[in-house]
Amino acid sequence: MFGLKADWSLEVPPRYYTLEDYAGGEARWCPGCGDHGVLNAVQRICRDEQIPPEKVVAVSGIGCSSRFPHYMGTYGFHGLHGRALPVACGIKSRRPDLHVWVATGDGDCFSIGAGHWIHAVRYNMDMTLVVFDNNVYGLTKNQTSPTSRQGLRTNTHPFGALLPPHNPLTVTLGITNVSFVAQTVDWHPAHLYATLRAAFDHKGFSFVRVLQRCPQYTGQVFEDLQKDPAKLLLLTHNDGIHLEESSLKLFPTRHNHDPSSMSGAHAIAAAVEPVPVGLLFRDPARPRYETLSSEGLDMATDAKLAALERTFDQFAV
Amino acid sequence: MNLADSLETGENQVAGPGANVQARRLDEAIVEIVSDSGEGAQKAGQIFGMISAKMGNGVWTVEIIPAEIKPPARSREGASGIRIRFGSQYITNMGDEADLVVAFNEQVLFGRIANGAFKPGTVVLLENKWREAQVPAVAEQYQAAVQSFREQGLIVHELPMEAACLELTPNPRVGKNMFVLGMLCFIFSREVERAYQEVRQIFAKKDAKVIASNEALIRAGYDFAREHLELCFEVPSEPRSQAMLVTNGNQALGLGVMASGMELLAMYPITPATAASHYLAGAFRKVGGFVHQAEDEIAAIGFAIGASYAGKTACTITSGPGLALKTEFIGLAVMTEIPLVICVVQRGGPSTGLPTKVEQGDLLAALYGEPGDAPKAIMAAATIEECLHFVVTARRLAEAFRTPVILLTDANLATGVQPYPRPQLSADWLAPPIDQSAWQEGVPPYDWDATTGISPRPIPGQAGGEYVLTGLAHTFKSKVAYDPESNQRGCDMRSRKLAALQSTLKPPQVNGDPEGDLLIVGWGSTLGSIEEAVGKARAQGHKVSSVHLRFLSPLEPGLKEIFSRFKNVLTVEINYSDRPEVPLMTPETRRYAQLAWLLRAHTLVDIDCWSSVQGQPIQPGAIHAEIVRRLQGEVLCSA
Repeated sequence: MFGLKADWSLEVPPRYYTLEDYAGGEARWCPGCGDHGVLNAVQRICRDEQIPPEKVVAVSGIGCSSRFPHYMGTYGFHGLHGRALPVACGIKSRRPDLHVWVATGDGDCFSIGAGHWIHAVRYNMDMTLVVFDNNVYGLTKNQTSPTSRQGLRTNTHPFGALLPPHNPLTVTLGITNVSFVAQTVDWHPAHLYATLRAAFDHKGFSFVRVLQRCPQYTGQVFEDLQKDPAKLLLLTHNDGIHLEESSLKLFPTRHNHDPSSMSGAHAIAAAVEPVPVGLLFRDPARPRYETLSSEGLDMATDAKLAALERTFDQFAV
Repeated sequence: MNLADSLETGENQVAGPGANVQARRLDEAIVEIVSDSGEGAQKAGQIFGMISAKMGNGVWTVEIIPAEIKPPARSREGASGIRIRFGSQYITNMGDEADLVVAFNEQVLFGRIANGAFKPGTVVLLENKWREAQVPAVAEQYQAAVQSFREQGLIVHELPMEAACLELTPNPRVGKNMFVLGMLCFIFSREVERAYQEVRQIFAKKDAKVIASNEALIRAGYDFAREHLELCFEVPSEPRSQAMLVTNGNQALGLGVMASGMELLAMYPITPATAASHYLAGAFRKVGGFVHQAEDEIAAIGFAIGASYAGKTACTITSGPGLALKTEFIGLAVMTEIPLVICVVQRGGPSTGLPTKVEQGDLLAALYGEPGDAPKAIMAAATIEECLHFVVTARRLAEAFRTPVILLTDANLATGVQPYPRPQLSADWLAPPIDQSAWQEGVPPYDWDATTGISPRPIPGQAGGEYVLTGLAHTFKSKVAYDPESNQRGCDMRSRKLAALQSTLKPPQVNGDPEGDLLIVGWGSTLGSIEEAVGKARAQGHKVSSVHLRFLSPLEPGLKEIFSRFKNVLTVEINYSDRPEVPLMTPETRRYAQLAWLLRAHTLVDIDCWSSVQGQPIQPGAIHAEIVRRLQGEVLCSA
């Protein structure tokens, strides 16, 4: 940090970026909303990694969490409901030099954008997907989401959500070419930061589900987990997400899980309780689509014109 | 002189191939090969068309495609094949009735007869093995059909083509098309060596035996025609000085994408657009580009928009149902001023409609498909050559005006094959490298010029240009704004760009005299048929002209002035309009063809329309008949 290296030499970067460089408009989420914590963590990671702000693109769909790009001081793309991922993949396809964060919600990602979620995981392009999962539609005022617990009363299901919730972890783990799956919670800032940092560092598509509270509609949905931290299962491993000792103490239930084990990850994800936090799966060796889609980027004009002439030759008479 | 007349009169005889053969000279000929699906008629016709193009003839080929991949054999609906119209002059359309048809069975001919493909005097070369079919019902069908064809005036030659092929190949179903190609080479005095060259090129990666076998079949067909048919014609051609390309419209689109300097095509399979993507899938990477097959139509345009936003203007290619699915993203691209090229290869609609057949039904959807006001540039290619050049133009317009550009083509252009001048490539056509220099301090992301609405665009990577693009109403700083002035201002500026674009366009050229009794207005693939019909009517003394629009949004300038010089203005289109004579129809309820709607609204001229939705190109003969009908006063035009 601050350019001070292990041998006590000081590396002076051309410009040192501070948190302010990553700050956009003032966040207008409700007080107490979990989104603020995610925003802080992402800005800190950018600062700690010293990524030039102009090289960062925050992409989102529609929903409360999709306001995220407006509060970043980087480039941003606030697009259509459910469609953040195709845009993010398109950005990365011919600009692999850009760092892409995707902010989405449980409705945006798991419902209207479900098709893109499945395929973006398979494309495995190097970017971080943060799903702000508050179990409800907030912006449109309290409708059932795919992760709403059965029985949750909402404006669309006033007598309670009809079906058991979708399990995004098992679904994501089941997608071919998945390379990074993690889960964290908004009320443990240290774990949130460590998880997003590991996701950012991963070369490939990082899926991070953040369990977070909507103070307006679902302030109580994770109350049981907060009151009884033993219901959270902290995943620990040498290759996993690391916490300081002081933070570790907050998680009485722990499980040593090797993130290279897909069968272990499935078993953990499929259990209703305890709720896992940490790294479920990581495989940095899986093929990344942008290495294919960016082929030919450096082709010189002369070479391109010559190749075009050869292409035309095939139709010449 | 056409083929049937030349047979009647015996005039125009010239020396043909071989010492004792007299060939009759023709200005042009229309030939069809029809078969069951999978018998290779299209391949034979494509080679025949290519040989003719290489010999310097004008050529237009159009595929006859059944809707199903494997329709039942010997069925009328299953007619699969190809039409080749070739002549001494430039050929711009499929023409009217065929002069000569080769049919592999008699039932597929019924399918073509139902489409009005033939006339009395059309020569039919018919496979005769069905006469001796073991199933009595088939033999009866065949004999009844031949009798019916002759009663309709077709000149039927029953030929043992399959039996002749059997001497060379155990499976004539696979080889008969090459035999037919050989026959046609003799009949139309094509150099048979050119057919061998094409076969060698097509089967370059196959065994030498395959090539030898195909050459033997071509030679056998050639000799068979010489020995058994007294049919020999010549369609002379002028040697060309100019280098030419021969492609179909979808290949031309693909070449255009590459020549435009775009590096990314994001697509989802849909008929009839997919063939353009198929072509690019093989070719694009050789020029440094990439084809992304997305998970759906929506993701395809989203991916393209992502690349465009990041500085690499991209392309998506689709057809009607895909255009419908892309609507929301097109609105976003308009709202956020993202350059983007959207090619729409139109097919019959609504809904799944007629996937393999032509229609010009997407004009209003392209213009007005999005909720709210979504102005964008819309162009329509009228020739196969324009399919190439217009993509290059579209990319440049998209970037200069910071807007999506929709390029409309259709199934007729997509599968039609035509020779056209090989473009002189230029580095200017390619996209410049993306600007990654620092963004000028204080310049907002939408620094709209108050006159033109045009503004420069920050590209990710440009330090100091960081902005958040949003589909919400926004200020010139791209800040979300719900106040009345900001939304009005944004809409004004986006619309202003179309006025700015229009100010750079010239009025369209009138084909024919600048004033007269009737002006035909068209757009897209009908150009060749309209101009041919107008030319014929003018030669007969009718005061008719035509004008063909390439820009549909904004419209080219000067239209009202052009229209004012004609007593009547009529659009000819391949899309739906109410015919005025049907029950309940009044001038107030009548729904006009799409261009007519648009032009009536823009010019307040009482423009009439003549259109139909039969899944077929409009042929010059039909347009000519309508021109004559109107000008002879049979139709009292409303003006």
